[in-house]
Amino acid sequence: MGKNLVGNHIRRLRFNHNEMTQQQLADKVGVTRQTIVALEKGNYSPSLELAFRIAHAFGLPLEDVFYYGEHAEGDGE
Amino acid sequence: MTYQEKKSIVSLISSILIFVIYGAYKYQSYPDAGSESTEVFRYWGSYVLVLTLVSIIAHIVIGIIFNIVFRITTGEKEPAFADELDKLIELKSYRIGFFLFILGFLLAMGSLVIEQPIRTMFVILIFAGFLSDVSGNVAKLYHYRKGV
Repeated sequence: MGKNLVGNHIRRLRFNHNEMTQQQLADKVGVTRQTIVALEKGNYSPSLELAFRIAHAFGLPLEDVFYYGEHAEGDGE
Repeated sequence: MTYQEKKSIVSLISSILIFVIYGAYKYQSYPDAGSESTEVFRYWGSYVLVLTLVSIIAHIVIGIIFNIVFRITTGEKEPAFADELDKLIELKSYRIGFFLFILGFLLAMGSLVIEQPIRTMFVILIFAGFLSDVSGNVAKLYHYRKGV
C-alpha cells in the first residue's frame, strides 16, 4: 500500500529460532498464517498487542523485532 | 494464493452468478399490470425477499463446498478464527459496501423525486445491493493481496 512505515525482522528471526515455520509462529501468537505472511511482506502494521506477542515469542524486546522509518518493508522480501 | 484470497474470489463469482441467474429467472415473471398496481409491489417485495434468502443459502452451501475442496486439494485446514487482520479487512470492505448501498439508496429516492416509474426505484435499489456485495468482495481481495 506504500504508506507502511513499520518494518520488521520476523523472517530472519524465524530462521534464527530453529527455522520456525510461519504456521508455528502464527499459532504461538494467535493469528493466522496469512497475517504472518502479510507482516513479513511489509503489507501490514500489527497492533501494539500483536507486536508485543511476536517479540515475546522470540524472547526479544520490541525494538529488536520491529523498526520504524522510511522504506520499512521488512527484511523478508 | 491464500485461503482468504481464494474465498474472496469464490464469493465474488457466486454473488455474480446468483444475481444474474435469479434476475434472469424473475424477469420472465414480471407482471403485465399497471406500474402502480398491488401486484407490481408484491412482485418487487418477493423479488428482494427471495433473493436475500436464496443468496444467504447459496453462500452457505458454496462456502461449505469450497472448504471441502480446499481441504482436499491443499491438504490444509481452513483458518478456524478471524484475527485482527481479517477483522480490519472485513471492516474496510463493509465500509465500501455500505457507502455504495447508501449512494444507490439516495439515487433510488432521487428517481422518485423526478417522477420515474416505481420499477426504476426498485431496479436501482437492487443493483445497489448487488454492487455493494461485489465491491465488498473486491475490496477484501484487494486488501488481502496488497495489504492494509
